[in-house]
Amino acid sequence: MSANPQAAFTPQQFKSDVKPVWCPGCGDYSVLSAITKALAALELRPENVAIVSGIGCSSRIPAYTSCYGFHGVHGRALAAATGLKVARPDLTVITAGGDGDGYSIGGNHFLHACRRNVDLTYIVMDNRVYGMTKGQPSPTTEPDWDSSKLSPHGTGLREFHPLVIALASGANFIARAFSGDPNGTAELIARAVRHPGFSFIEVLSPCVTFRPEQRGWKEMAHPAPVEPTDDPGRAARRLMTDDGFNIGVLYAGERKPYQPGMGHGAQRAADLEAEFAL
Amino acid sequence: MSPRKTRTGRKVYDEFMVQAYVMENDARDRYTEFADQMEVHNNLEVAELFRKLARIEGLHADKIMQEMGWKKPPPPSLAWAWDDMESPESAPVTELHYLMQPYHALQLALRCEQRAEKFLSRIARSKAPADVRRVAAEMAEEEREHVRLIRQWMKKTPKPEPGWDRDLDPPTYSE
Repeated sequence: MSANPQAAFTPQQFKSDVKPVWCPGCGDYSVLSAITKALAALELRPENVAIVSGIGCSSRIPAYTSCYGFHGVHGRALAAATGLKVARPDLTVITAGGDGDGYSIGGNHFLHACRRNVDLTYIVMDNRVYGMTKGQPSPTTEPDWDSSKLSPHGTGLREFHPLVIALASGANFIARAFSGDPNGTAELIARAVRHPGFSFIEVLSPCVTFRPEQRGWKEMAHPAPVEPTDDPGRAARRLMTDDGFNIGVLYAGERKPYQPGMGHGAQRAADLEAEFAL
Repeated sequence: MSPRKTRTGRKVYDEFMVQAYVMENDARDRYTEFADQMEVHNNLEVAELFRKLARIEGLHADKIMQEMGWKKPPPPSLAWAWDDMESPESAPVTELHYLMQPYHALQLALRCEQRAEKFLSRIARSKAPADVRRVAAEMAEEEREHVRLIRQWMKKTPKPEPGWDRDLDPPTYSE
């Protein structure tokens, strides 16, 4: 039981009354469940947590929780979340979205959020497809996936490698989870929230409608055979042989989070207005 | 509880009962989620069936709480405590279909009960303390009974016809 009775919220209490409209079988249901389990295990209170998203199926997630939520602009979830965390460092800020939102439309924000290392947790539900717009290839889609009318012979393009990019850009905590393992995913989310700085979790989350073959990920996902490292060089070498289905923490660094000092500069509306005076 | 239990034996027993509770409670939560999903997709017959299964699993969870004298449920465990990625009695999320029929839901439930029975039977045959083995054997017997009941239920439920998942206006349709 919780040492602090006031903080003893159950996972169910972190869910809102709004029922998800995802397709039955979608992996995002488990990610929602994992987030609520992690928040309960962390003994947080809903009013002290903000979940910020962009656009896409998975970006609907803030509405399904009882925490503060912001369903933002496509690809701009990290920008909004960064502003929120910098202005309200007391809040636990979680950003959530999909592979299209995060790696394509929001790709540049992803790089710079890793580089800035603000104390956020970024959860990407990766199904390697744009589901909401009816199944176009996303940055993580395999080059030979030919089931979309937009790319009848496959894109022929090399996939985006989120963990490689996150490591190269300076993310302070990098992990991969699988939605078919909700308890393991919850554990990784809890660790990511606890870890200072920018924490990134790539969650393999099947789209059973446009990528039904992803049901087979259950047989492919497996715990990573090695412990997390704080050495970026070692983490990079591990990624060279990564099969894309290693589940666990890859890297947990010790870089100090970025948090600008507050309480100086323009504080009043009048001061802000004065800055814009011509 | 037996007063002869050693401190270690008591701890193992309590841990096992927490695990048993989590198994039943996770199953209740999963069936409730499934019922909600089916309601959202207007598959009300299957939603009702999942709601019923959730109620049954909930009764088992409540029974464990009552037997253990817990006033509150144990805190959620985030560790991998199962043979597989999930509790044996939780149906995999990806096995749903918006056009599924009651028979499919029962097939899912049957597999869950079979996995739970196997899991508990293995504990009953293990080198765990005697009272853990005894309770695990009782629970395994209950799961065997559930397997029998679901099989009977399936006999009374129409089998889906070929093409049950055919949708004339499928979500994947694009110009």
